[in-house]
Amino acid sequence: MKKKLLALTLTGALAMSLLAGCGSSGDTAATDTTAAEDTTTTEDTAADTTSAEGSVYYLNFKPEQDQQWQDLAAVYTEETGVPVTVVTAASGQYETTLMSEMGKSGAPTLFQVNGPVGLANWKDYCYDLSDSDIYGELTSDTYALKDGDKVAGIGYVIESYGLIVNTDLLEQAGYTTDDIQSFEDLKAVAEDITARSDELGFAAFTSAGMDSSSDWRFKTHLANLPIYFEYQDRGITSTDAIEGTYLDNYRAIWDLYINNSTCDPAELSAKTADDATSEFLNGQAVFYQNGSWEYGNVAGEGKFSDDQLAMIPIYFGVGDEANQGLCTGTENYWCVNNQADEADIQATLDFIYWCVTSEEGTTAMATDMGFVIPFKNAQEPTNLFVKEDQEMTAAGKTPISWNFTTMPSEEWKNGVGQALTAYAADQTDANWDGVVSAFVDGWATEYALANGQ
Amino acid sequence: MEKAIKRYSPIFVLPTLLAFTIGFIIPFLEGLYLAFCQFTTVRDAAFIGVGNFKRIFSDTTFLQSFKFTVLFALASIIIINVIAFGLALLLTRNLKGTNIFRTVFFMPNLIGGIVLGYIWQILINCVLSLVGEPLLALNSTAGYWGLIALVSWQQIGYMMIIYIAGLQNVSEDLLEAAQIDGASAWKTLWRVKLPMVMPSITICVFLTLTNSFKLFDQSLALTGGDPNHLTETLALNIYYTFYSRAGAQWKGLGQAKAVLFCVLVIVISLLQLKATRSKEVQQ
Repeated sequence: MKKKLLALTLTGALAMSLLAGCGSSGDTAATDTTAAEDTTTTEDTAADTTSAEGSVYYLNFKPEQDQQWQDLAAVYTEETGVPVTVVTAASGQYETTLMSEMGKSGAPTLFQVNGPVGLANWKDYCYDLSDSDIYGELTSDTYALKDGDKVAGIGYVIESYGLIVNTDLLEQAGYTTDDIQSFEDLKAVAEDITARSDELGFAAFTSAGMDSSSDWRFKTHLANLPIYFEYQDRGITSTDAIEGTYLDNYRAIWDLYINNSTCDPAELSAKTADDATSEFLNGQAVFYQNGSWEYGNVAGEGKFSDDQLAMIPIYFGVGDEANQGLCTGTENYWCVNNQADEADIQATLDFIYWCVTSEEGTTAMATDMGFVIPFKNAQEPTNLFVKEDQEMTAAGKTPISWNFTTMPSEEWKNGVGQALTAYAADQTDANWDGVVSAFVDGWATEYALANGQ
Repeated sequence: MEKAIKRYSPIFVLPTLLAFTIGFIIPFLEGLYLAFCQFTTVRDAAFIGVGNFKRIFSDTTFLQSFKFTVLFALASIIIINVIAFGLALLLTRNLKGTNIFRTVFFMPNLIGGIVLGYIWQILINCVLSLVGEPLLALNSTAGYWGLIALVSWQQIGYMMIIYIAGLQNVSEDLLEAAQIDGASAWKTLWRVKLPMVMPSITICVFLTLTNSFKLFDQSLALTGGDPNHLTETLALNIYYTFYSRAGAQWKGLGQAKAVLFCVLVIVISLLQLKATRSKEVQQ
């Protein structure tokens, strides 16, 4: 009998511990087990503080700046006592992570969307920031993301992209960046370098890799140019049907990229972002299409110094090329979760306001993260490419705005990317028609799918 | 004693039952409900009826991935089982080094699908570039056969072990009787060994069938569905619908696909079990 009692008690204890372990994740049972574990931890932090003055949970989009955000959050917590949790989603996994995090209790109080298309997915969760202090700090209203009259997102970083140039190599080839003022110049220089590549020992362009780690440089960023010029012509800022007026220019520059590069165009489908970066760092190519966020990867100790680098506009053979600037804009908008507790919302608003106004916050964003932030208290950035963008704008050049945020869906980008890869492997008119079709027809189809229901 | 066990059985069942309910039954039912909803996060879902299921059939990528999965399943089931059975026959012959070979063939099974996918991607791309063919991202035929080669390499060893166990259980008496009756080796295989290992065949075909239909990580890592969704398996299609699409209308659709997929796999495997079971003989 005694034995039985013991067994019974033990079983009971086992069952109880099981119950206790699972109790807190009951309402997130639909997510997987690891996610359920995460919930428990975030719930713990939330529970500790809601009684005090709220807490902040920031789901960060930029893996490059993860450590800097963690540090900044620690400084803020030390100063104010408000706990700030920063979680960074893995590269390319932001939407996925956000979706599962938002479904939990203890959801992110601060998250980000990438522009109008991203906002469509999350607008019901965005707190109206029109009365917030941070909105008043913006240097221009164009950096606010609006949903009707509601201010749904605040752009917090301005970035630029163009052609990063290894000026040493360019000089070895007998040119300077001043020689390149138009698409024709760029083409002449690139083709000259290719013709003499054996003698020079380097190529004009780094590999235009179409692996998913790198293809966004072309299916999204390069594709911004034909869209931008078409929008300019038509005087619009978004459309349900793109006409593809400038796709011939798109083809010309794509041809230039893939035929004057470090590798055979047929191999591009497997080339990654790391391949392109290392080719550039190893001095195998002069030009590298990428953005100001890449600065930390190409400049610094053991890499290039600032006077060996420059960023020039992606000349496209359209419009007033002499006055064309870099492609400058933002796809990083902060949104505050309106489903969070009042106290948490307030804590979040205080936190982002502090980030963009305080000495520590602005220094961290400018120096550690290398951001140019569109706020009144912004500090001088140390990022060379960002400085070049400011100089060009000051010299009267017109920056090209970021219109890829109006691309109808990821699926559209993938379709264009796929077609570009197929064309690169076999450069026929028929394959280019595939790109045109993915670009123009794909836009209409995807726009209807995304906005139809 | 037996009575006591019976009396306390609910207590013994309870922990597992609770875990099963929390970890499987509740999410499963919630998932079923979500298939009839439109939602962004699972906490605020709006019921919309069977609309999601209607949309599945107008989604060409789903039909394409269904076709691909069926073709893939057919080829991989046949290839895996034939080779695994052949290896099992060879390795039950008391040859020298049998144990080493068994271990070697089994080993690929211990590597995770994602890792295998990337290894084979590099391997196949290298071969394709040497022979001047388009690489995997542009080559759906290579993607199809590459995926088959990958899962064959991974699963043959596992199925082989099951077949070896089955073959070792064929009674010596039967084989001796066949020999005395003058049956050739070929006839012994067809008339004696094969009927006797039918239970192993049932299990192996069941495993390869469900594995092929549920295939996800290998195909994600090897081709990711490229080019243009042509090598997308059903599971991958569901994942892409749910996660790569922005907008509330896609989540419910992905969920509905998952429910349909689940029903499909259950029905197909039940039919297969029934078909192969009927061929099993009593010893």
